[in-house]
Amino acid sequence: MAKQIEVAELDAYYGSHKAIEGITMTVEPRSVTAFIGPSGCGKSTFLRTLNRMHEVIPGATVQGKVRLEDQDLYGPDVDPVSVRRTIGMVFQRPNPFPTMSIFDNVAAGLRLNGRFSKSELNGVVEESLKGANLWNEVKDRLHKPGSGLSGGQQQRLCIARAIAVRPQVLLMDEPCSALDPISTLAIEDLISKLKTEYTIVIVTHNMQQAARVSDRTAFFNLAAQGQPGKLIEMAETSKIFTNPTEKATEDYITGRFG
Amino acid sequence: MAQDLKKPEGGPAMRRSAFRRSRGDTPFRFVSTGAGIVLLAIMAAIAVFLIAKAVPALQANKANFLTYFDWTPNATVPMFGIAVLAFGTVVSSFIALVIATPIAIGVALFISHYAPRRLASTLGYVVDLLAAVPSVVYGLWGFTFLVPLMVPPSKFLNTYFGWIPLFGGDSVVGRSMLTASLVLAIMILPIIAAISREVFLQAPKTLEEAAYALGATRWEMIRMAVLPFGRPGVISAAMLGLGRAMGETIAVALIFPITFNISFQILSPNGNSIAANIANGFGEANAIGRGALIASGLVLFLITLLVNSMARLIIARRKEYARAAA
Repeated sequence: MAKQIEVAELDAYYGSHKAIEGITMTVEPRSVTAFIGPSGCGKSTFLRTLNRMHEVIPGATVQGKVRLEDQDLYGPDVDPVSVRRTIGMVFQRPNPFPTMSIFDNVAAGLRLNGRFSKSELNGVVEESLKGANLWNEVKDRLHKPGSGLSGGQQQRLCIARAIAVRPQVLLMDEPCSALDPISTLAIEDLISKLKTEYTIVIVTHNMQQAARVSDRTAFFNLAAQGQPGKLIEMAETSKIFTNPTEKATEDYITGRFG
Repeated sequence: MAQDLKKPEGGPAMRRSAFRRSRGDTPFRFVSTGAGIVLLAIMAAIAVFLIAKAVPALQANKANFLTYFDWTPNATVPMFGIAVLAFGTVVSSFIALVIATPIAIGVALFISHYAPRRLASTLGYVVDLLAAVPSVVYGLWGFTFLVPLMVPPSKFLNTYFGWIPLFGGDSVVGRSMLTASLVLAIMILPIIAAISREVFLQAPKTLEEAAYALGATRWEMIRMAVLPFGRPGVISAAMLGLGRAMGETIAVALIFPITFNISFQILSPNGNSIAANIANGFGEANAIGRGALIASGLVLFLITLLVNSMARLIIARRKEYARAAA
């Protein structure tokens, strides 16, 4: 299931504004990679280039290479739609489809991929909700609207929806920033569980969270406001948080700026 | 402040400013309240006028107003019924709605989600412009251009699809219910498209991204995120369009052949509507005739009121839904 991502010399633009520049990194399979850095440093933008969600925004473009194992994601004959089916995404704010039931939310991605029998759908939905640690809380109200759940439950529903299509990689863009500490803990437990099966990349503003959940950490920074964001340093999480190579990393994690 | 009030000799400036505020406040309150009352008074006056003028004619009517099929209120024995006119109004407007709504949704989606930004704003402007064309112009265009143009396709429909009762009938003409409905459809298209476009543009970006991230194509994204969100808005837009089509007068008055029979054969020379009948008949009507036309106006007023309240109701429900989703 899980695959490695290799990025080489990646630039991303919004119109003529260069948001990130020259990013080269490898994301290991079956592990959690955290992106940290001050606001506006381009870590969310970079995350969105990994499944070609960046170009959904009008005027947004990408230069450089992203490879998922042996496949070039920005190759000329690659359909961005199929990239997004392979690399799932969870957003900052829980965004279940409000008109759909809990069941239909989880089944939404599957229904895009083709015809499934009722029993197949039932099986995948149950498995995905169990995978997202949500099954026990919602199994009696699968056909109620997803918007009736709490924020943390909604976010786990979105994770269930993302993993229902069996992606190779799961990208999470500050998945806990809209949640209370208890829901955050539930999501973090879930991340630790999911990393046995998926390659996980998580953007976070919370350095304790990066330290708790990730195996490797990448620190992004920008020289000044309006300048493109760059990857400063990437290493084992324990190394980044105890003995970073770069001065800027140390300043950031010790709270001297950002 | 309180201290100043206790000592009136403290400052005339202070007191003046206090006075001035209430001096501006009271007239404003009167003006705005007055405006509201004037509006209600005008509505009441219209209703009273319609009823007062309609009642004598209705009393003089020797036929059943609701079921009689002809309209001869100026005769010595006045006889008139609303049935044919109400039928024509409702059917022509409904056909117009069926034609216009899918096209309007398509136009709205193209502007909101498919067209490049510059083309979208130009197209949006054109749609608004279409709404600004006076209805008499639509009527003249329909009568001189569309009526002859509609003859060949009507004949085709009649020949090959005549087995469908809608397209049946022995004589096929340009001045038919279908042509009138088509002109109405063009007239209500802009309002439905404009409101739908606004609603589609409001579809939350987070839901659109959720759909894209699951690997939805643009059309699948629209079906998952935009259409369910926009549906109540589109329904109310269609209702407003329906209301407009029902009240439309001059365009259909020019096209309808003005007959007094109820027929679902929309290609045949049949068709009339309340508004067209008023426009055509008011000039040569006598006192009873005018009263009869006013009574028909009252019915039209009630029908459009019903349609508009239904639209309001749906819009109100949508607000509740939006609050629940937020």
